[in-house]
Amino acid sequence: MVHPAHPPDLSTTQERCYKVPDGYFGQYVTIGIFAVVGVALVFGTLSLAKLVRPNVPAKDKYTTYESGIDPIGRGWSQTNVRYYLFALLFVVFDVEAVFLFPWAVVFERLGTQAFIEMVIFIAILAFALLYAVKKKVLEWL
Amino acid sequence: MSGLIDAIGPAVIIALVKVLVTFVMLLGITLLVVWAERKIIADMQSRVGPNRWGPFGLLQTLADGIKLFFKEDFRPRTADRWTYAIAPIATMVPAFLAFAVVPFGNEVTIAGHPINFIVSDLNIGILYFLAMGSLGVYGIVLAGWASGSKYPLLGAIRSSAQLISYEIALGLSLVPIALVAHSLSTLDIVGAQAGTIRNVTFFDGIPVLEQVANIFRYVPNWYIWSQWPAFAIFLVAGIAETNRPPFDLPEAETELVQGFSTEYGGIRFAMFYLGEYIHVVVISAMAVTLFFGGWSGPGFDFLPWLWPLFWFFFKTALFVYLFVWLRATLPRLRYDRLMWLGWKRLIPAALLWIMVTAVVNTEGVSRNVRLGVFAALFLLVLAVVLRGDPRLKEAVTPQRRRTQGRLSRGAA
Amino acid sequence: MAEIWQEVVFWVFAVAMSLAALRVVTSSNVVHAALYLVGTLMGAAALYVLLFAEFVAWVQVLVYVGAIVVLMLFGLMLTRAPIGKAHFDNNQRLLAAVVAGALFGVTSYIMVRAFDGTDVNFARTVGTKAGGLGEVIFSAYILPFEVVSMLLLAALVGAIVVARKDEEVEGHNAD
Repeated sequence: MVHPAHPPDLSTTQERCYKVPDGYFGQYVTIGIFAVVGVALVFGTLSLAKLVRPNVPAKDKYTTYESGIDPIGRGWSQTNVRYYLFALLFVVFDVEAVFLFPWAVVFERLGTQAFIEMVIFIAILAFALLYAVKKKVLEWL
Repeated sequence: MSGLIDAIGPAVIIALVKVLVTFVMLLGITLLVVWAERKIIADMQSRVGPNRWGPFGLLQTLADGIKLFFKEDFRPRTADRWTYAIAPIATMVPAFLAFAVVPFGNEVTIAGHPINFIVSDLNIGILYFLAMGSLGVYGIVLAGWASGSKYPLLGAIRSSAQLISYEIALGLSLVPIALVAHSLSTLDIVGAQAGTIRNVTFFDGIPVLEQVANIFRYVPNWYIWSQWPAFAIFLVAGIAETNRPPFDLPEAETELVQGFSTEYGGIRFAMFYLGEYIHVVVISAMAVTLFFGGWSGPGFDFLPWLWPLFWFFFKTALFVYLFVWLRATLPRLRYDRLMWLGWKRLIPAALLWIMVTAVVNTEGVSRNVRLGVFAALFLLVLAVVLRGDPRLKEAVTPQRRRTQGRLSRGAA
Repeated sequence: MAEIWQEVVFWVFAVAMSLAALRVVTSSNVVHAALYLVGTLMGAAALYVLLFAEFVAWVQVLVYVGAIVVLMLFGLMLTRAPIGKAHFDNNQRLLAAVVAGALFGVTSYIMVRAFDGTDVNFARTVGTKAGGLGEVIFSAYILPFEVVSMLLLAALVGAIVVARKDEEVEGHNAD
């Protein structure tokens, strides 16, 4: 996007970089303001509620929910190993997606060679998915 | 130095105003969406829905919020204090931060300052959107873990596995958009969809069709026409990311009570609730931005700055309606079906579509050759992936026999 | 003159990161340690932004914060010990300190050797675009790029082999 008519005193490149909200750092300053305003609002709401809400302690209120009966054992339990495998598959394909984006943006300029490189890359990871399917990692029943 | 401060002064005010306006707007819309959902679902179920507070019950959400505000808040004895307190904030913050890269109106000039209706037009806007989505997992994991209770922990692990599975499909469905737009900036992507389809030369020389093809001059140049498979993947993955029906397994009340938020009440629970609806608005707005031309639409001389805003919110509202419609219509997915859909259908389909888009969009002599070779290669890979899947066989047999087969298998 | 602000912001983030990093190793609750690690990694992302490496910064958030720490949390939930309350501490602190110190020394040495004397050009207006990165990866660094995919494949196959073995034993017991 071309922005018409910058204010005239933003002549040097460094200053333009700091320009809020469109300069490089300016953009992040704006996002920072956005985050700070949001966090302040959420935090403020939570703290304000603390001031106005009733507080009537009773022992049984502080037990955990277990379908109406007293909880048995501890709340922390061990999970199935297959969740971990999904998380690992996720990391693998997340990295793949991350490599795909810079490739996609300049694909037209790079042409056939980059395309073949990417096909090899995807094929190897598709093989990983295929292996996971073959080993029935993705089956639940 | 004084020049720098002079330059920054009004700009910071602009940024602050922008942020506040966006924030108030986002929250206002979200409250409206909560109300609209209850009203629409009531209508679909032949009920009246909220009608006590304000006209048409418009203030119902506000009333609910105030009620939750004055509710006693008790933390389970077993809970981990700080993590328990952080989890609602960790749900809300990434949800609204993702809205920072959504352009919701055309550029206007106020007092000589050009202002875009976008909090921040990052170069890598799409990546930022995905990163914020990936941070959303933390709210759920922390809430489930910090409660020190069984249902929340089970719900949290289950739903974080769901979120990370569909995050991949969501990310991959945006790669074709980057391919055709040559940019990751949302403003550039909306810009690339401006105007109407003009260069349809396919029917040239054919007497009647040539005239009929003129109609394309009036069709907006949105990515949905060429990128509908990517859109389908984006939509399914997006709904799964928001934990909305039919992907609302995190709070499958018949199985997990209230899932990760079981031990939360009062205003803290309201934060999780609000976070979910902000997420719905953000995903809808992102779908509009990436596939439906963002704020573009017919403008008129009367209040020219208003029309882009109107079109943006109109399109977003349609998507929110779709979300509600799906909730009223579809039953919840079974967990194994959910994982099957994510990993064995959406991800391979997204990879295939990336390759197809890449091949089709390259100009060159070897284009047809490449199209053939690589489409065939990936169809082959896909066929191999799907070959051993018994469900494929089930999919082609009639519905009744499938159910019977599964029942008898279960009995055996 | 503008660089002063960058310097100030750098030190703010650097100090915050160091404190978070210290808490990672001193926190007795492993989930808290993972959360401090998130803080450290976010700080690193902020430093990348300061260095105009926008793309890398958000990849840092997406992959490290969004995926790898989540993987760690999943791993923690697999441990037999009650989550968070366990004392994973043991008497190998000295060894750990030596290994960590050596690793720090080696990586710092390599970094300084590779980039010493290279000035970051702060007279810029935009961050490094994803496109520029793509061009470099797909022309100069093709081999590392393809090796990455093989590495990911190896990691996945390894994990599946290890995890599935347990499953099958469990399955036999159940029968």
